[in-house]
Amino acid sequence: MTPLINPVTLFFASIFTSNILLSNFLGMCSFISISKDWKSSFGLGMAVTVVMTITTAISWVILFYVITPLGLEYLSFIVFIVVIAAVVQVLEMVIDRASPALYMSLGIFLPLITVNCAILGAILFMQIRSYGFIQSVAFGAGSGAGWWLAIMLLAAIRERTEKNPVPAGLKGPGITMITIGFMAMAFIGFSGMIAVQ
Amino acid sequence: MNPIILGPLVVAGSAAFLALVIALVDRVVNNYGEVTIDINHGKKLFKVQGGSALLGTLASQGLFVPSACGGRGSCGACKVRVLSDVGPVLPTETPYLSPQELADNVRLSCQVKLKKDIAIELPEELFSVRKFKATVEKIRDLTYDIKETTFRLDDPKAIEFVCGQYVQIVVPPYGEIKESVQRAYSMSSRPGDTGHVELLVRLVPGGIATTWVHKMLKEGDSVELVGPFGEFRVHDTPSAMVCVAGGSGMAPFKSMFYDMRERDAFPDKEIWYFFGARTTRDMFYLDELRQLASEWPRFHFVPALSEPKPEEKWEGDVGLITDVLDRYIKDRVAKDKGLEGYLCGSPGMINACIAVMTKNEISASNIYYDKFA
Repeated sequence: MTPLINPVTLFFASIFTSNILLSNFLGMCSFISISKDWKSSFGLGMAVTVVMTITTAISWVILFYVITPLGLEYLSFIVFIVVIAAVVQVLEMVIDRASPALYMSLGIFLPLITVNCAILGAILFMQIRSYGFIQSVAFGAGSGAGWWLAIMLLAAIRERTEKNPVPAGLKGPGITMITIGFMAMAFIGFSGMIAVQ
Repeated sequence: MNPIILGPLVVAGSAAFLALVIALVDRVVNNYGEVTIDINHGKKLFKVQGGSALLGTLASQGLFVPSACGGRGSCGACKVRVLSDVGPVLPTETPYLSPQELADNVRLSCQVKLKKDIAIELPEELFSVRKFKATVEKIRDLTYDIKETTFRLDDPKAIEFVCGQYVQIVVPPYGEIKESVQRAYSMSSRPGDTGHVELLVRLVPGGIATTWVHKMLKEGDSVELVGPFGEFRVHDTPSAMVCVAGGSGMAPFKSMFYDMRERDAFPDKEIWYFFGARTTRDMFYLDELRQLASEWPRFHFVPALSEPKPEEKWEGDVGLITDVLDRYIKDRVAKDKGLEGYLCGSPGMINACIAVMTKNEISASNIYYDKFA
């Protein structure tokens, strides 16, 4: 068991010092493809945050009350994936009914999230680092918020640099990858502040 | 416990539990209760169970909005004007809607989910659309790739339609095709023969419905037809009809000509019928239509081949149907009462004929066609 990190510290740490996108490079595909547009990025980022928070919480319960006591840790991947898919499905139905407006902006991204590796990544980090329940929720919410922050930053940069004279060979994904590289370097600057393990 | 049993048990158990949660949420969340569909300002009112798409719900009430893809949002045919608020237009609909339709709140009925009371507007003709149970009475080869298929209507036993309208044939899942689809075919039978529907089906390589009709359908089989649909019809004016068809585009014209001949309808109309094919192998109904032309003075039949082979001894016109059409309109067709264009065939043929007709001063508003892709 790792020394207990304060959940609040963990929340902010997973946004800034160990941003799941910019330090672990998880969830890159939707990050690059959706960040063209500010509004969609906002929706996808929010959806990732919500799903990540809920799935880490549910996965923690299943992991520590079912899988670990039975010594079935090697099955955890399958169970986690099923949990993610189920949570996304339930969330989609509830949002569709509760708020059509929210569904319009967020709901269409939910199927995309089922296969977003950042979600599974967050759950696996939680398992490897043996977080407690409160810590797990804080970590999930923080990682999601960090993902949201990163895609918002990238979308803002891309909107501002859209008209810039980029060399032909670097247009589109090329210059985006370089931008992400710079962002990652900037975020590394935070990493000395708190060590999240 | 043995891990070989325990492992699957745990995975299956958690999956089952989550599936149960989803099913419960679905029961609670997707229960919209009873909703009312108001059609054309109270002309028809349906009380139905909410939660499904508008298209399927209307069909369950016996009202068939035309749809080629069966409600998967890939054909854009099932447009309906919605008068009440059903939420914003979905991204799945926008590719099929014009700016004018968006402004009028026209929606794809297969994408609109019934969540609360709704008011819509439909063309009155759709009220007479029925789903027919029919039996294949006869299948006849007209050419190597066109079959004349005759259906006997079993329930309801009779259809009322106007020459030029079409029906949709319901193609059940077969082989690799996992979902039922519907495809539109113009009726080539006369409206006077209310107990039968005749369709001309050309085999399109890879086509779902045409392959089914050509390879699977046998005499005596039961099928479902939905119809009639469509605005393509003879217009009641004294202007001469200039009709152009290729391949199975023959169908609506066959129906029109024999019906007009039988009832002596629109007696002022001269009729010119241009039928284009590549070789005699693609030509059909030649003797029947020549016979009709010889007995009926106001009907002129111009079959033309674009690539006749010398050994075929073709005596009719030669050339692309557009060139033949151009020659005839310039030299032979009497233009004193005005001309109307009627087209049926591939989109390419229709566009080429429209160009020839407008060049020969038939106004675009007097050119009528059904474009079957």
